[in-house]
Amino acid sequence: MHDAHASRAGETSVPLAASAVLVNKVGLHARPSVKLTQCAKGFAAKIELALAADGPWTDAKSPVKVMRVKAPQGATLHFRVAGPDGEAALAAMLALVHDGFGEA
Amino acid sequence: MAEIHLTGRAASPGLAIGPVTVLTAAVAGRTASGDPAQETAALKAAIEGAAAEIVKLIGTLEGEVADILEFQVAMLEDDALAEGAYDAISAGISADHAWRSALDAEITGYRSADDEYFRARAADLVDIRDRVLARLSGADAAAKITGGSIVAGDDISPSTFLAADWTRGGAIALSAGSPSSHVAMLARARGAPMVVGLGPLSWIGPPPSLALVDGHAGIVVFDPEPETRRLFERRLAAANAAQAVADAGRLEPACTPDGRQIAVLLNVAAPEDLADLDPAICDGVGLVRTEFLFEASQGLPDEDTQYEVYRRILDWAKGRPVTIRTLDAGGDKPIAGLTVDGESNPFLGLRGIRLSLARPEVFRVQLRALSRAAVHGALKVMLPMIAVPSEFNRASAMLDAEVTALQAEGIACARPPLGIMVEVPAAALRAEDFRAAFYSIGSNDLTQYTMAAARDTGAVADLNDTGNPAVLALIARTVEAGRKRGVEVSLCGDAAADTRLTTALLATGLTTLSVSPIAVARLKAAIAKVGS
Repeated sequence: MHDAHASRAGETSVPLAASAVLVNKVGLHARPSVKLTQCAKGFAAKIELALAADGPWTDAKSPVKVMRVKAPQGATLHFRVAGPDGEAALAAMLALVHDGFGEA
Repeated sequence: MAEIHLTGRAASPGLAIGPVTVLTAAVAGRTASGDPAQETAALKAAIEGAAAEIVKLIGTLEGEVADILEFQVAMLEDDALAEGAYDAISAGISADHAWRSALDAEITGYRSADDEYFRARAADLVDIRDRVLARLSGADAAAKITGGSIVAGDDISPSTFLAADWTRGGAIALSAGSPSSHVAMLARARGAPMVVGLGPLSWIGPPPSLALVDGHAGIVVFDPEPETRRLFERRLAAANAAQAVADAGRLEPACTPDGRQIAVLLNVAAPEDLADLDPAICDGVGLVRTEFLFEASQGLPDEDTQYEVYRRILDWAKGRPVTIRTLDAGGDKPIAGLTVDGESNPFLGLRGIRLSLARPEVFRVQLRALSRAAVHGALKVMLPMIAVPSEFNRASAMLDAEVTALQAEGIACARPPLGIMVEVPAAALRAEDFRAAFYSIGSNDLTQYTMAAARDTGAVADLNDTGNPAVLALIARTVEAGRKRGVEVSLCGDAAADTRLTTALLATGLTTLSVSPIAVARLKAAIAKVGS
């Protein structure tokens, strides 16, 4: 479900981007927000998310800011990452969203 | 040291003796240091302390409640939450004000969300806000009341009251307060003696160590002389003996001296109220308040959660009738994410059935849960704050629709009889216009709306009197409407448990009274002596 046009830059300074659709029942609510931010904090890369490809961008490591996005079910989440472990971070974010945050 | 003898107003009957816990004003306010660095440090410590407190709480819980609390911890640990507050502090604002306005802005954001789920999260933010505020003001220490002690102070909040253990005795002595306050109602339900309006509680030197409280006469004695204490303890022993005799009569049916049988039902605020109670002490449950479900769930309780609770109460009643009131939020019972904030007069605003009809998506869930529970016993459902027949008709049609939908889904259900609370004078005056299956008089609201006197305002407490002829006339009128239409009429307010009013209430023709479990023995004894 994510865009294949993700930038394939070898250099760490160039941001990577991809998007995924929220499939879990109530959108990016409390539990998913906590899961997503906890996962994001495991990476050194700067990770941001948005409801549109051109932002506004939100720090994916802050549960307070992620909750402010109030992303509903069916929304497309755009990610933008930059940093040494950016590729792994982006893959982990997309996997979480595809997986519906592990909720039935 | 001479004893201090104070007379106030009786708010909850009973006698108690015990050590004194003084509620300090620290509960209400806090002195700001005026130094931004100190205020920043105070807020940081309060936030960290609040997070640690919740983490400790999580250890004792599991499942959904633990998840919700983990979310609160994640929010508290995120610096973004307090960013605005720290900015305000460096601009010279005190820590508590800065925190409150930052969180209120955040809460407003959640309340204005389109999505029901995000709106309901406002309750979490309110909880976070208040937990940190409590730590900032040092209320934590003041709120801890040792079981069995006499709590003295200006006033006491319902949450402080509820946080204390009243099973080991104890009592409340207040310089201000009202016998009609929410806390006084709670004290009567828990059997904690309470005296209010004692006037300034001032003493030179250390506060008194021991106090006697007479919740019948409205008298409090601090640091009693040995002789005063000896006489009081003798009265206490006699009262305990009399209570034992009344308790023995609790299982007997209530009957007046001239042979009228009176049904005595129970008021239940939470299912725990019924623990260890023998259903044989009552003729059924006259009022189950359902607000507790909404307060405890940190949002809106789902259908299954509600169904389980309703079913447990019906199981306990073993076939006796159980009347459950649909959500009565608003007025003095706000529920985050549901009731409207900032109404100029919440008691005349969107509360009770008005709120339920305005929020059909919430009301429907409750009607479905009630219809499913109805197959497990003699369930009756009543609607609060009804003023005009169209409100009853709309709710009745919604109930029909939910029963039909459940049947179509093949889910076991039954349509419970639907009745109304008579607490708005308009409904009392025209009770016969409603196609209700029963009338239940809510005497607390009926009194305050008839007398235009709030029940939590001490200065007008004298006017807030259910024994006033105008209120009794509205009760008699409702009883007469019920007799004409052949439907049952009961009374479930505080007045039912006030044995000084028993004669007047039974004179209106009422034959069913509903009281908190603690008052059953006292009421049955009063009915046996009525008019004599």
